[in-house]
Amino acid sequence: MIASIAAFLTGLANPTRFLTVAGRLMPWMIGVTALLFAVGLYLSFQAPEDYQQGMTVRIMFIHVPSAWLAMMCYTVMAIAAIGTLVWRHPLADVAAKAAAPIGAAFTFLALLTGSLWGKPMWGTWWVWDARLTSVFVLFLMYLGLIALNRAMDDPARSARVSAIIILVGYINIPIIKFSVEWWNTLHQPASVMRLDGPTIHPSLLYPLLVMALAFSMLFFTLHFAAMRNEIWRRRVASMRRQAARSARG
Amino acid sequence: MSHFAYVLISYAASAFVVLALVAWVIIDQRARKAELAALESRGVRRRSDSAPAKADHG
Repeated sequence: MIASIAAFLTGLANPTRFLTVAGRLMPWMIGVTALLFAVGLYLSFQAPEDYQQGMTVRIMFIHVPSAWLAMMCYTVMAIAAIGTLVWRHPLADVAAKAAAPIGAAFTFLALLTGSLWGKPMWGTWWVWDARLTSVFVLFLMYLGLIALNRAMDDPARSARVSAIIILVGYINIPIIKFSVEWWNTLHQPASVMRLDGPTIHPSLLYPLLVMALAFSMLFFTLHFAAMRNEIWRRRVASMRRQAARSARG
Repeated sequence: MSHFAYVLISYAASAFVVLALVAWVIIDQRARKAELAALESRGVRRRSDSAPAKADHG
């Protein structure tokens, strides 16, 4: 069993094999994502209003999954960075590079929807507390990595530099997660991922979990599609170099 | 601004960002496929392709 899983993953390490598998999976992933969003949005608007937040509690159904994904996407990039530096996995750098714009988009959404929730609930769009500031730093890190990838022509060199920066920057993820416990913040402490279980009522928790699943599937679908594009981009570059060499020789 | 407006703007902005991501992926995919097709029509093949090369569009 383990051997067959290992053989499957080793097979995926080949970009051509990955293109074939991803191509077959893509319609199913799009379908599951659409279905989860349909159910999640239905449950989100059927959920009762919160006794304190009123209808603004519905912002939580998109804000919390966006924030989770902002961190999950960076974790995927960190795993890919290890793959680049340790195993020189052919798809590792492709995965990290393809994930950065998606992570930036979800981090932007987390900041924006958090701000739109904060104004009516806290009375302010923004405060420089530990949670908000560390998520803003994450957003800047995504933008920096995108800029770095675009600034360097040599993909191999860019891959190693990016991987090191990603791994150094990973220190920000536990800071984001535990910022609400380590410092006195306006942002409320964790209410779902807690050792003593969620503190949210099931009528609000279940829509949130379905939306989190929908956002996660959306991330994996977009990531697979962006990885395929990145493989094709590298093939085009390789073929152009080949054509230039043939023309010279 | 009413609470409904904050909720509406949040969902509208999220839909816009998600649709922008989907559009970016689709436009990028079409551009890369067009580039690959153009190169293959000029007879350019990848070194790893066995002759006659077969196009791999996934």
